[in-house]
Amino acid sequence: MTKILKPNTEDEMAEAVAKAAGNGMRVRIAGGGTRPVGNPVEADCTIHTAGLSGITLYEPDALTIAARAGTPLSEIEAALAREGQHLSFEPAIWAGLMGTPGKSTIGGVVAAGVSGPRRVQAGGARDSLIGVRFVSGEGKLLKNGGRVMKNVTGYDLVKLLAGSHGTLGILTEVTFKVLPKPHATGTVSVSGLDDHDAVSVLSAALGSPFDVSGAAHLPKGDGGSPVTLIRVEGLAKSVDYRTGRLKELIAQKLGNGAEIAVEQDSDKATAPWRDVRDVSTFAGREGAVWRISVKPTDGPRIADVIRDAGEAEFIFDWGGGLVWALVPDHGDACAALIRNTVGAMGGHATLMRASKETRDRVEAFQPDLPRVGQISEMIRRQFDPMNILNPGLMARNLSGKAA
Amino acid sequence: MSAIEMPKANPAILSRKSEIVEALVSAIGSQAVISDPDETIAYECDALTAYRCPPLAVCLPESTAEVSRILKICSRMNVPVIPRGSGTSLAGGALPTADSVVIGVARMNRVLETDYDNRFIRVQSGITNLAVSALVGPDGFFYAPDPSSQLACAIAGNVAMNSGGAHCLKYGVTTNNLLGVKLVMMDGEVIELGGPALDAGGLDLVGVICGSEGQFGMVTEAVLKILPKPEGARPILLGFDANEVAGACVADIIRSGVLPVAMEFMDKPAIIACENFAHAGYPTDVEALLIVEVEGSEAEIAEQLETIKEIAARHNPAVMRESQSAVQSDLIWKGRKAAFGAMGQMADYMCMDGTIPTSQLPHVLKRMGEMSKEYGLGVANVFHAGDGNLHPLILFDANKPGDQEKCEAFGSDILKLCVEVGGCLTGEHGVGIEKRDLMVHQFTADDMEIQMRVKDVFDPQWLLNPAKVFPMEASHSRRHRNIGEAA
Repeated sequence: MTKILKPNTEDEMAEAVAKAAGNGMRVRIAGGGTRPVGNPVEADCTIHTAGLSGITLYEPDALTIAARAGTPLSEIEAALAREGQHLSFEPAIWAGLMGTPGKSTIGGVVAAGVSGPRRVQAGGARDSLIGVRFVSGEGKLLKNGGRVMKNVTGYDLVKLLAGSHGTLGILTEVTFKVLPKPHATGTVSVSGLDDHDAVSVLSAALGSPFDVSGAAHLPKGDGGSPVTLIRVEGLAKSVDYRTGRLKELIAQKLGNGAEIAVEQDSDKATAPWRDVRDVSTFAGREGAVWRISVKPTDGPRIADVIRDAGEAEFIFDWGGGLVWALVPDHGDACAALIRNTVGAMGGHATLMRASKETRDRVEAFQPDLPRVGQISEMIRRQFDPMNILNPGLMARNLSGKAA
Repeated sequence: MSAIEMPKANPAILSRKSEIVEALVSAIGSQAVISDPDETIAYECDALTAYRCPPLAVCLPESTAEVSRILKICSRMNVPVIPRGSGTSLAGGALPTADSVVIGVARMNRVLETDYDNRFIRVQSGITNLAVSALVGPDGFFYAPDPSSQLACAIAGNVAMNSGGAHCLKYGVTTNNLLGVKLVMMDGEVIELGGPALDAGGLDLVGVICGSEGQFGMVTEAVLKILPKPEGARPILLGFDANEVAGACVADIIRSGVLPVAMEFMDKPAIIACENFAHAGYPTDVEALLIVEVEGSEAEIAEQLETIKEIAARHNPAVMRESQSAVQSDLIWKGRKAAFGAMGQMADYMCMDGTIPTSQLPHVLKRMGEMSKEYGLGVANVFHAGDGNLHPLILFDANKPGDQEKCEAFGSDILKLCVEVGGCLTGEHGVGIEKRDLMVHQFTADDMEIQMRVKDVFDPQWLLNPAKVFPMEASHSRRHRNIGEAA
């Protein structure tokens, strides 16, 4: 039984980590427990962030919100919604996909660097995040960034902490730039396209002046046939105008017979994006799930390669640049094939969900090239000299105690 | 605060000048190495012209391989390196020391790949910011960050300082538009980080290299996001009788849900200086002027401006004037971007760059006015109102003994005030030497230590732009670790 700690203040958190470091105890960091991404961690104790909860600052006029790391994401989204604002990077809820109970916390969102479909327009978690407070592996309470959206004072460790999966420090407070929630949403959908044609349509839409905020392709959409989705958001009249122009643009590109529909009812237009964001299609299904990041036109190419090797299903987001793949969970779950192909394309692939056996065998993250991996490892040791924070989670071979 | 100190040149390096120059020449050829003091003087400063010091030598490489060879030599011979883009830093980011080698990337200005389907461009880092937009402009694209110096400033410097611009309220700053870099490490190894994909794997090293002020390595190539140009854009001028009212109007516009691409604020001294200089058609009888720009189709622009005008009307503007033509819009922006040049014609000035929470705007403007009286130095304000990034220009007379010191003291008081109200020392210009000694007001020793430890990883010898960003005492032991730098 590992020891469980639940500090209620930043100071208690710092003390808990300092103690662990002093005793050489390895620490598993737990937020809401909805995103078990990364290599399985062997630890001597678990530190929960749940005790550090609550919004600490919200200035709607300044488009800024700060909250303690253990604050449920839903609480933050509700507070923002009351003021007509939102987290523009559209954080996904992966509890369904990962089959995990619990409530996503804002610290977990940052640690995992989670971004949704609006990544193509508004950037990711790293782009909205403007300040962090965290406890390093030495038990020191540190800060970087702040509460203003333009800040180049010192190095940008905020970016480094976003997506570092707790390996550099335990986040205690995070601050974001937020944006007004769009008044209206419209979705243009095209039916029946293969992956390559779909991405080509998405590229045209994303390269148009119509400020596209979502660009996805579902090879098995409603009823099992392909659907390609393009979203625009903003003031109502503007959304009507831009969906109309996008429809024209796509019709021109695809020629006669193209099946293009426009949904201008905001609620209906928003609905499919929640599924894209949360990868709902793969929730509760058998198989291993990969998250692949490449340049958009390489999206369909990597899908072809995986499909040629066997059974697989895909969801394309970010105009084709984010590919979710569901593959049979046996052997290495296509790891060698996916990693080699994606690596040659200059992208990377993360094993998101798989059986314990597969996860024990396969590195969760795409291994870095040697010098880059060495730099990353050295940076982790600067923040966490004893290698006690989520050891091995990001790169097992270099830093973990597991084989 | 007295004038900013730089470390004394290391005599051991100075005495080896000919040996160092010889090694550099053999690596990249004599046409690419400048060592004659009559010529190195051209590199003695950047846009922070109050501080000058010619370097030991200047290298102007033409390729990543040449940069690698230069760094290997400097690393082996323990010579400090000052990376330089176009030398437009307002913070002294490219200020040399007498024992340093400046590596300028100006000759590395080629475009390597343009990909509209995937919306990125790969460039050598010496290319200017505006050249990138100019290149992709005819095809309907642009590169979003637009510092006022964009005609001259290099992407290398933009990446080093994480430069911003007037339009970052919507489009973000350099880090939000940078996808990947080719970095030459101090030991000469070349690594590629990130790339055309939106997310890079592993730790976000591109994110921490951007804004590292040339202290981690030399960025020789960059992969930049390019965006489709909006169908159109139009600014509106809103003039008010008081700064506070203009500030309140900005807050209301933000709350309304309209997101202008830019909201620029000028106070009276700035308005008058810019108008006299650029004849942009600014009203000169108001206390505060906002330039608010929206984008989209004709109908979208009209819809947004309607909302903005409704909001502004509630604040009784003295002037409310939409741009009537593309020519007028250009002129309005030309006036704003000429602000620094305009002030420069009237007096010597130092340009501050703090950021504050926008809610603190009225308080900070009031305090600045009081401090201006206390110091007896004029101050003009131009700033990015939407994001709270202030640019107070403090006017002084460089020929008047003591005036520059007074100006620097006033400047640091303003920046301390920014930190006090919850903001920061620099929003987009970088720390350089200018704000180096003020870092202690924003960061604890531990906060700085963890940053310096990251530099230790990239540059264990502390040879890259060593006397910048951190207070001299804070970085002292690291800078002296390998090379007994003269005390």
